[in-house]
Amino acid sequence: MILNDFSLSSSTGDLTLDQRLLRRFNLDGPLLVAVMALAIAGLAVLYGASNEDASMVYRQAIRLGLSFSVLLVVAQISPQFLRLWSPWLFVLGLVLLLFTLHSGHIGRGAQRWLSLGFVRFQPSEIMKIAVPMMVAWYLHDKPLPPNWKQLFPLAAIVVIPVLLVAIQPDLGTALLIASAGAFGAFFSGLRWRVIIMLLLLLAIAAPILWHFMHFYQRERVLTFLNPQRDPLGAGYHIIQSEIAIGSGGVFGKGWLHGSQSQLDFLPESPTDFIFAVLGEQFGLIGALVLLALYGYIIARSLYIALRAQDTFSRLLAGSLTMAFFTCVFINSGMVSGILPVVGVPLPLVSYGGTSMVTLMAGFGILMSIHSHRKLIAS
Amino acid sequence: MAHTRIRNEWLERHQFTLRILCVGVVGLLLLATVAIRLFYLQVMHHSHYVILAENNRLREEPVTPPRGLIYDRNGVLLAENRPSYELVIVPEQVPDMQATIAALGKIVHIEPDDINRFDSLLATRRPFQPLPLRTELSTAEVARFAADRQDFPGVDIRATLSRYYPLGAAAAQAVGYVGMVSTSELDKLNPAQYTSTSEVGKVGVEAFYEQLLHGSVGTREVETDAQGRPVRVVSYTPPVPGSDLYLSIDMRLQEAAEQALGDNNGAVVAINPQNGEVLALVSSPSYDPNPFVDGISQEKYAALSNDPNRPLFNRVLRGQYPPGSTLKPFVALAALNYHRVNPLKKVYGPAVFYIPGSHRPYRNWDPDGCGQVDLAEAIMVSCDTYFYSLGLQLGISDMHRYLVDFGFGQPTGIDLPHENTGLIPSPAWKRRMDGHAWYLGNTAITAIGQGFVLVTPLQLASATATLSMQGKRYAPRIVMAVKNPLTGALKLLPPQPMPSPPEADSGAWKLIIHSMREVVANPAGTAHAISYGAKFSIAAKTGTAQVVAAPRSLHGEGPEMDLPKKLRDNAMFIAFAPVDHPRIAVAVVVEHGGYGAATAAPIARKVLDAYLLHTAGGNVTEP
Repeated sequence: MILNDFSLSSSTGDLTLDQRLLRRFNLDGPLLVAVMALAIAGLAVLYGASNEDASMVYRQAIRLGLSFSVLLVVAQISPQFLRLWSPWLFVLGLVLLLFTLHSGHIGRGAQRWLSLGFVRFQPSEIMKIAVPMMVAWYLHDKPLPPNWKQLFPLAAIVVIPVLLVAIQPDLGTALLIASAGAFGAFFSGLRWRVIIMLLLLLAIAAPILWHFMHFYQRERVLTFLNPQRDPLGAGYHIIQSEIAIGSGGVFGKGWLHGSQSQLDFLPESPTDFIFAVLGEQFGLIGALVLLALYGYIIARSLYIALRAQDTFSRLLAGSLTMAFFTCVFINSGMVSGILPVVGVPLPLVSYGGTSMVTLMAGFGILMSIHSHRKLIAS
Repeated sequence: MAHTRIRNEWLERHQFTLRILCVGVVGLLLLATVAIRLFYLQVMHHSHYVILAENNRLREEPVTPPRGLIYDRNGVLLAENRPSYELVIVPEQVPDMQATIAALGKIVHIEPDDINRFDSLLATRRPFQPLPLRTELSTAEVARFAADRQDFPGVDIRATLSRYYPLGAAAAQAVGYVGMVSTSELDKLNPAQYTSTSEVGKVGVEAFYEQLLHGSVGTREVETDAQGRPVRVVSYTPPVPGSDLYLSIDMRLQEAAEQALGDNNGAVVAINPQNGEVLALVSSPSYDPNPFVDGISQEKYAALSNDPNRPLFNRVLRGQYPPGSTLKPFVALAALNYHRVNPLKKVYGPAVFYIPGSHRPYRNWDPDGCGQVDLAEAIMVSCDTYFYSLGLQLGISDMHRYLVDFGFGQPTGIDLPHENTGLIPSPAWKRRMDGHAWYLGNTAITAIGQGFVLVTPLQLASATATLSMQGKRYAPRIVMAVKNPLTGALKLLPPQPMPSPPEADSGAWKLIIHSMREVVANPAGTAHAISYGAKFSIAAKTGTAQVVAAPRSLHGEGPEMDLPKKLRDNAMFIAFAPVDHPRIAVAVVVEHGGYGAATAAPIARKVLDAYLLHTAGGNVTEP
């Protein structure tokens, strides 16, 4: 069902050319404008974060273009088709993850990358989409909320990929995959007492998780609790990040005038800590505008989820949106020092390839869900 | 169908809507938390983080001011700064000091002396202070090190200005020297000013005028990246160079005085009585101050400090000698001031004087006695027995009071550090010192400048200058002008008037000055020998001061010169000239020189000649 459903567009004759174009390509105007505005603003911030490295911005722009074409393509795929292919995508993701563990490329101490000859990518990114799709697929034909027996397969769908990613180790992505799956379950109407029990279970499991954590991961948690315990080591990132943000003030030091980012005091400035660059150069106002943009994108996506017409679409739209939210919150919270340092990029702004493609694919799915609604539903 | 439950589409949608609203609200709250955190960082604690960011970014580097130069009154350079290359080591940055020094030894020439000096610097250094291992590197050594620099973390070549004293020992006792700043000195100095200064004045003018010579440190604010590499200079505050100083010393006179003193241990001080300027300050033997600049090696220092002739000892300021008969004019003035003597009354000066009721003999230096003498004649022939009697008439407390008013027994107030006070004894002092009462005999020998009384050559010269000016007293000064480092303007330092001794009537001054003139002019005067060929009038007083309690009989018989040198008396001499308009006052001390008349007087004459005939005769140029 890749073909377009013209039933919606043909019913309205008083649309402008732009709106007709958007309908023609199954796109959601407000969401598209917000996402593109964010991505383009992100390029400007990246230029300031990379010591005015134009080639870096150029590469990011190329990725953005590629990702946007992925969005365009995905938006044409109907939710029904996505639902049918969900298990296969999930299985493909699992196989690739196992393969990565076996023979993946090691980058920055973690085994995350898989080379397909012409392109290298992180299979864990597939799981950011495949896990919520699989959750939605599993629940779409069951009466909701799910009963006790259904919880176990549901848990397996989430926990297995999360563990496979976590042992790479890539705690950040694992966390995002887990949140996508968990939100899928949450939106399915899981009872509050079940949710509370699961949270309690997690709290009990935390010390065990601690035991299995890598040394650097434990360091990060301890550092979050007290950044000053090792100011030149593990605490350096967060201290420099807070200095960058704090010294930016209300109006910022001006684009390309951040001493923390321009003079390399801020580590990872183009990637995970780009939010601090924004805070330093554009100040509180810049940071709030960015948060507002994210807020708008999330609100619009939740609206799309609300308007979705079937269980699969609803659950998928909701969980993709909340995975996106989790990513925004963890990154901005970490950079501003209210969360421990976890390797989660600032979506659409941080420098990096695979996550951008995944995010755009996610927005493509949202747009597809919104534009493939049946007339009768509205 | 295994499902027992029936799907309720409406309920599910309702449930989903509630959950979406729920996450929407929670999500909004969480984003608001981030916003509040941003507000906290960027608004409430903004200034705190601005400071942290600036501290990250900017590094202040001190810029050392060039030290002021020192000239004599005619512009002869006494202390300068020479550019030199040093091999410096920051000990904190060197992984293995032993190995590093061994490896450096293959590139540059390193003496065991250098290592010893470096080790002693290590003991007193400040943290992260670069310490010189070798100074005055040759260009070839600089080039060799530069090629291998990367092998030596913490070692660097530093171009500095290094203090140099071109005249060496000639004026060392006045100019002094600089040395490495030690930790204990840093506590007394302003640490902010000395962050990049390695040299500080240790003695002499260099120490007394440290602040003026040092100048003010400048700063260079450098922007650095995270690796600490300088990116650019943000601001530059130039240092204020140290002020150049012009000493009142006339090097021609100084050298003449040094020559006149010859191999003798002793001191010569020449003062301009009109304003207190020190024209020559000689303490012999002297030493070369240059090795002290980079930290003198322990061996060299031990050699200097163990030398029996004590070259490091500044006799002018710190040598305390019994003045002997040179004190007599001042004692006579005291007696006149308190009307305890009829100066014109002829008194018999016997060979031996007895205090009434005592059988202890107090001998005259001339075993024939002095015959019938009045006060002026007693000074002229230096009659001891006359002065024993005079001393008793005057009494110790008035004698003490008057001599102190003249400036004895206290620092003269010269602009040089480490001055000794000398000693004018009093009954109170004696009781404090040994618990014994003061005897009349103590008074008698104090009147001839023996016993407990001690003076420094500088005090003696300064008192002679005061006497020559009939009581007009100035503190001796060695720096006469300071050059403003910014404008180049020369500021002459005004004379420092001091309280005059009590107003003896001018007749008293004239009488004593006349008697001192007779010491030279009268064939019977003790210093008549120096009058021959003099082109100006001289007033003077000889002195021969016992240093060891040699049996008195030895002095009476046989010539002094037969004694072993260390047992001989100190030869003392004071003089000023021309008598009517004094332009120079001199004090000469020749340790173990025997009779002042024989040894010290000719030296003084040479100094007077040098100044009045060759130097002051119009050649003195104001800088």
